[in-house]
Amino acid sequence: MAEKQSKWKIFTAGIIRENPVLRLVLGCCSALAITTTVTGALGMGLSMTFVLVCSNIVISALRKVIPDKVHLPCYIVIIATFVTVVDMVLHAYMADLYQTLGVFLALIVVNCIILGRAEMFACKHTVVESALDGLGMGLGYILTMFLMSSIREIIGSGSWLGIQLLPEGLDKFTLMNQAPGGFFVFGCLMALCIWIERKTNHPIERKTCGEVLLEDQDAAKANDAEGGADQ
Amino acid sequence: MSANIATFATILFSMILVNNYVLVQFLGICPFLGVSKKLDSSVGMGVAVIVVMVIATAVTFPLQIFLLDANNLGYMQTIIFILVIAVLVQLIEITLKRYIPALYNALGVYLPLITTNCCVLGVAILAVQDYSADVTARGFGFAYGEALICAAGAGIGFLLAMVLFCGVRQRVEEAEPPECFKGLPITLVAAAVTSLSFMGFGGVVENIIAALL
Repeated sequence: MAEKQSKWKIFTAGIIRENPVLRLVLGCCSALAITTTVTGALGMGLSMTFVLVCSNIVISALRKVIPDKVHLPCYIVIIATFVTVVDMVLHAYMADLYQTLGVFLALIVVNCIILGRAEMFACKHTVVESALDGLGMGLGYILTMFLMSSIREIIGSGSWLGIQLLPEGLDKFTLMNQAPGGFFVFGCLMALCIWIERKTNHPIERKTCGEVLLEDQDAAKANDAEGGADQ
Repeated sequence: MSANIATFATILFSMILVNNYVLVQFLGICPFLGVSKKLDSSVGMGVAVIVVMVIATAVTFPLQIFLLDANNLGYMQTIIFILVIAVLVQLIEITLKRYIPALYNALGVYLPLITTNCCVLGVAILAVQDYSADVTARGFGFAYGEALICAAGAGIGFLLAMVLFCGVRQRVEEAEPPECFKGLPITLVAAAVTSLSFMGFGGVVENIIAALL
């Protein structure tokens, strides 16, 4: 029973507690770019979830085979393979969505959510746990994309999922559909998230993946320097 | 000849201002938010990105035309490009470390960040998408030039955005936003305002170049 609960916890972690976009600040590029329409955001979210689950499964299945020194190139090839699969399927069957996603579909390869989860989770856990983690993270990503795109599409185009909500004659706040609106809505959503965290007394420190990587390097350098001094 | 220069100049300036990768196209947001706290690190990261972008495009563009397109292997693009970029970044790192240690000390920290940076893969893919049609129309040399100029422009635009935003950010850090906006949220709102200023460049570049030449 205890084991089941922990699996359930792994699955739900990604949705709210460790929401990849709003709490771990991973994968902001696609979250900002593909949230002008709800349909596009859902398509992006589903493609991302598919790649995330598949790559997590394969990477955790091969975690004992992949040599540590070349693990990053191996992960990238595995991820790129699944991205190519999604790319070909969407190109063949959903041409409209393929157009909307554009270059960001191929850029799933370098999305930090996937590489981050491979590095932080899949390489240390069993196949089932990794699949659940991927699914949870994917759902969390879809949820955030859904929220952001709903706000942007309703304010920016007056519609939701393509259904016209606001009267046609009303002037639209088209800035929401453009770059500044993306940054603004993302900032406000994150502020809302922090406000809720403060109300419920669960504040966390947010770091973008750039900062995390730089700090890791600083730590590694400090380690090297210490090791050198010892010798 | 002057028509060629006009084309190149239009590509360069519209990549820097109108289609700025970070502020308009949302490519490379992670380093933009992560590394723009200090001026020296934003300049270092920006220069490293320019170097890697130009070299990556210089390698991937002919690879796409002569290897992938020639053999009908277009679907391998994503896998091949990301591997080439990963290898290139490693090579640049090793070469700099061995031959130009001063430059390595300045830029070395940012190089590993660039492998998984979407703006480098993005520029490689977009350059192929936008300019590979020109290979048959105007010859490989011309299209290759366009792709390289596009990569350089994208890199310079990245550097510009980093430096500008670094200034904005240092001001923001001294301000007193509401408690829940502290940290990343206010930074994102500041980025929205900075990106708003780039919206004004739409359509300007083509007219200026046309007027100048």
